[in-house]
Amino acid sequence: VEESMLEKEKPVRKEIAASKALKKVMADHFYELDEASKSGSRKIAWCTSVGPAELLRGMGFLVYFPENHGAMLGATRMAAELIPYANAIGYSPDICSYLTSDIGSYLQKRTPLTTAYDIESVPRPDVLVFNTNQCRDVQDWFAWYARELNVPLIGVHTHRDIGDIRPYQTKDIASQIQDLVPKLEEVCGGKFDPGRFKEAVACSKRTSELWRACLESAAAIPSPWTFFDATIHMGPAVVARGTREAVDYYELLLPELQERIKKGIAAVDGERHRLYWEGMPIWGKLRPLSEQFASLKTCVVASTYCNSWIFDQLDPENPFESMAVAYTELFIVRDEAHKEAYIKKCRDLFQFDGVIFHDAKTCPNNSNSRYGMPERLSRNLHLPVLTIHGDLNDLRCYSEEQAKTNIEAFIEQLEEG
Amino acid sequence: LRPVYVGVDVGASRTKVAILDEKKRLIGHAVRKSGTDFARTADDTFRTASEMAEISPQDVVRCVSTGYGRRNVTFSDDAKTEISCHAKGCFHYFPVAMTIIDIGGQDNKIIKLDGKGRRLGFKMNRKCAAGTGAFLEEMSVRLDIPLEQMDAMARAAENIVELGSYCTVFSGTEVLEKIRQGKKVSDIVKGLFFSVIKRVLEMDSFTDTVVMSGGVVAHNPYLVEMIREISGREIRVPEYPQLTGAVGAALFAMEAEKP
Repeated sequence: VEESMLEKEKPVRKEIAASKALKKVMADHFYELDEASKSGSRKIAWCTSVGPAELLRGMGFLVYFPENHGAMLGATRMAAELIPYANAIGYSPDICSYLTSDIGSYLQKRTPLTTAYDIESVPRPDVLVFNTNQCRDVQDWFAWYARELNVPLIGVHTHRDIGDIRPYQTKDIASQIQDLVPKLEEVCGGKFDPGRFKEAVACSKRTSELWRACLESAAAIPSPWTFFDATIHMGPAVVARGTREAVDYYELLLPELQERIKKGIAAVDGERHRLYWEGMPIWGKLRPLSEQFASLKTCVVASTYCNSWIFDQLDPENPFESMAVAYTELFIVRDEAHKEAYIKKCRDLFQFDGVIFHDAKTCPNNSNSRYGMPERLSRNLHLPVLTIHGDLNDLRCYSEEQAKTNIEAFIEQLEEG
Repeated sequence: LRPVYVGVDVGASRTKVAILDEKKRLIGHAVRKSGTDFARTADDTFRTASEMAEISPQDVVRCVSTGYGRRNVTFSDDAKTEISCHAKGCFHYFPVAMTIIDIGGQDNKIIKLDGKGRRLGFKMNRKCAAGTGAFLEEMSVRLDIPLEQMDAMARAAENIVELGSYCTVFSGTEVLEKIRQGKKVSDIVKGLFFSVIKRVLEMDSFTDTVVMSGGVVAHNPYLVEMIREISGREIRVPEYPQLTGAVGAALFAMEAEKP
């Protein structure tokens, strides 16, 4: 028997045509920030991934997202070299590896922006704005820069483990967002313009609607794209939310996905199994994981992660309150029962036949396998589940062979039916 | 010509080969250290097993490989994960709903099967190899006791010296501390076994019949007695627990030919 017979066929990746436009949106985003950082032409706010970006845009700030930089550090696998420098100044290897890789990147003066865009360093902030809906780590992360760069730090403190959302909770968040205005006015040296704010909220809402439609296109059988594609194409929904450019981008991407559905083009040739990915991506291993799933004729069709940038509750006529609702209805701040019901709803829509939980060592808030959820979901939805252990950025916590065997064994289990 | 089916399980620590005849009888088997050249070890192990089975390579109808080095076996027709193969192998010996505990060289697995042998789910140890064969190997070096004497020592123990840490290396330090305190080596060895059992018990709950497989159980039957006592459950062990994965692979080979 030929040795080659044992090697699984190498799958063909079908490039999404919109990728070219995607690269331009991302490049423009960083060039604009870099220019402003150097010239001082515009004020720059650093914002957490689900922080009040619309308000910042509405007040004329350029917005930079360190979590996006964190993901780039992971995807380029620079994180592994940089995390130890943050560990050495007292930031534990057990806390958020976005934080530790980003601070390590600052300490070592090395950024993936240099290779990608010939940009020397991340833009210098005029203000740091967080929302703890992601975790407490984002606040501690920004606090480090606040001390290091002597920049004001302001933010929103979220409610957590919420079942049904109560009016007092959204009222509180709305007023916390409103309370940011005076400080932001002081930093940008101008008056708050409600018209501009509404415009940003409207763009963000439209972006969300389009992004949702893109993600839901994966309900088609076979799916036109995969979770791994979406983690890349979500870039504009993250960094350009609240701008016209993001809207334009998804108005380009959505028809391409719809066209694929019409023509029956499958992201994974001969799609046999459909899975849901719960938890963070393993940024440094997107390619090998995507290839492994493709070779196993398995499409990861949906994920909590990519769905977490849908904020279609936004309402330009009611900007503060609707932001509060959008940022409180978020999966990550909800209780276990809500999360399980959410995944069940996703199952009904996407018709997946199994769930993979990624237990990310340094990201407890995005690791939903730790309080018995896989076991409960498996029982209640009669769905096979698998937990793989790894991390978003710290590949020291990831044993690739173990993970590959787990995934292969899981698909063998699905094959047994 | 005597048609046979071959399973090759290239584990991180040992390579196992099982040869089954058409009636699913185990007619040849062999175990070797996997070493670094998996392909060659697989060849050599197969040769030893074929001598025992008195067959020649032409008799092999089909071969399935499994284990960490499953893609390195040059004479294999297909590869399956060790999870599927252990499940298949254990169900062959005990055709009932079961929880399988496999303790391997660097992997522990808990696999659950229904009454028809279908897999309900499985778990592997997390990224750390605590509680696997590698732990006992490391400790045998630390304590300067040959691996094959550990079972008898644990059996002779009067007490258990409990170890606290997850970490194999820190457990080594803890062991040295116990020796300094004057604890008996046999009691420490029993403590090591107990540590392996704790790592397994915390992986999953046990349901239905419990079946144990893997090299660690093959060479340390006292571990099975301990787990029986601790869990209060009947534990069943196939005749050659170390070969279960290879037998499962051979059964897959047979199924592919005669579905």
